[in-house]
Amino acid sequence: MAKLKVAGYWASSCGGCEIATLEIGANIVKLAELADIVFWPCIVDGKYKDVEAMTDGEIDLCLFNGAIQNEENEHQAKVLRAKSKVMVAYGSCSYEGCIPGLANVANQEQIFDRVFVSCPSVDNPDKVIPQTSYQAPEGELTLPKIYDTVRPLAAVIDVDYFVPGCPPTGEQTWAVLEAVVTGNLPAKGSIVGAGTRALCDECKRNKEEKKVKKFYRTHQIMPDPDRCLLEQGLLCAGLATREGCGALCPAAGMPCTGCYGPPDGVVDQGAKFMSAVASIVDSNDPAEIAVILDDIKDPIGTFYRYSLPSSILRRVQIK
Amino acid sequence: MSSADFQPKIVGFLCNWCSYAGADLAGTSRTKYEPSIRIIRVMCSGRVDPTFVLEAFNRGADGVCVIGCHFGDCHYLEGNYKAARRMELLKNMLKQFGIEEGRFRFDMASASEGDRFAQIVNEMTEEVKKLGPYVKYEGAIS
Repeated sequence: MAKLKVAGYWASSCGGCEIATLEIGANIVKLAELADIVFWPCIVDGKYKDVEAMTDGEIDLCLFNGAIQNEENEHQAKVLRAKSKVMVAYGSCSYEGCIPGLANVANQEQIFDRVFVSCPSVDNPDKVIPQTSYQAPEGELTLPKIYDTVRPLAAVIDVDYFVPGCPPTGEQTWAVLEAVVTGNLPAKGSIVGAGTRALCDECKRNKEEKKVKKFYRTHQIMPDPDRCLLEQGLLCAGLATREGCGALCPAAGMPCTGCYGPPDGVVDQGAKFMSAVASIVDSNDPAEIAVILDDIKDPIGTFYRYSLPSSILRRVQIK
Repeated sequence: MSSADFQPKIVGFLCNWCSYAGADLAGTSRTKYEPSIRIIRVMCSGRVDPTFVLEAFNRGADGVCVIGCHFGDCHYLEGNYKAARRMELLKNMLKQFGIEEGRFRFDMASASEGDRFAQIVNEMTEEVKKLGPYVKYEGAIS
């Protein structure tokens, strides 16, 4: 059998997904036997022009991580789509926008202002901000244009499979690679390597009655090691999040933040999480309810931490 | 469209037992109110998933209201308390989403309060008219 051609790419992401691919452990040796990595900026040397020179469909599998936040991200997504037989949105950023997607609370102008001008630790009296083109004595220098709205990968190209997680676990990554190697591919559009139910189903903590008088942030209390974290007032996203990671964070005493995206049947993870949290508030008095819920200072960052660009509203409205 | 001609589209989620019956009473009593509301009957305000409200805005509503029974009157005993908690948090969240407060309202009207229903619709229509149409922002994405 000819060796498979595998590519990878990072768009708007942190690089953690690349590191996470190494979690396939000893299987990396097996991967090297079965496949050649033809392009993967973080892992092997390669040039954009080499990819552009390939024939369409030459790459067997592309693991694309990162959201689409600028011109370069979008261009590379389109090029790699054309060159790849199987395109996988790998990791939460490309699947639903993730942390880079929280840029959707602002727009390009506001982000540049914050990062390069108004941030207290920045000293920039001339208000110099990055330009897409600059004429240096040696010639023109260019930077890709940053968009106002971050989008998930599937909003710009046709995606075959989705691998959720920030980052995906090693078993999941291997499940995708194995499916391609054996030709045993699931239905197009499937979410690979994760379950269908909510994370609570695989979380081992004891669930009793959910009634909460006060919400806490993680540094404010030492949670009981065995009881459901949400019942203790920690905003755990387990009930609005897809299972598949093995409930790693709750097992370590940290509430789930929702990186696996919504379970089957849920359109908007943030709305479901928000709805569940509000309904367990232990009060029937509107004034007291308002006070209890006021402890949730950043509803978008809490409920849509990973899914803002793929949510119903997709972004904050700016006039 | 000039702002004077702007007739808002308001989606109203009304519970079967109180507010929908109240709206019905407004109709049978020939109470005049603004023709801006599109009523969706649900069995209980506690059935209103915040997803519905977001989807209504996404599909072009200029305003959304959820009207349930008065506290103590819920046919299912505590559905409207659940709704009150959810809508309070939703209200905070919509504010952060940049959706003006006047575009969303959670209120109560009993089956005998046709006038109150009409008043809620009129007040809300007035406020949304002042705000203008809900225009979705995307900015440059190319």
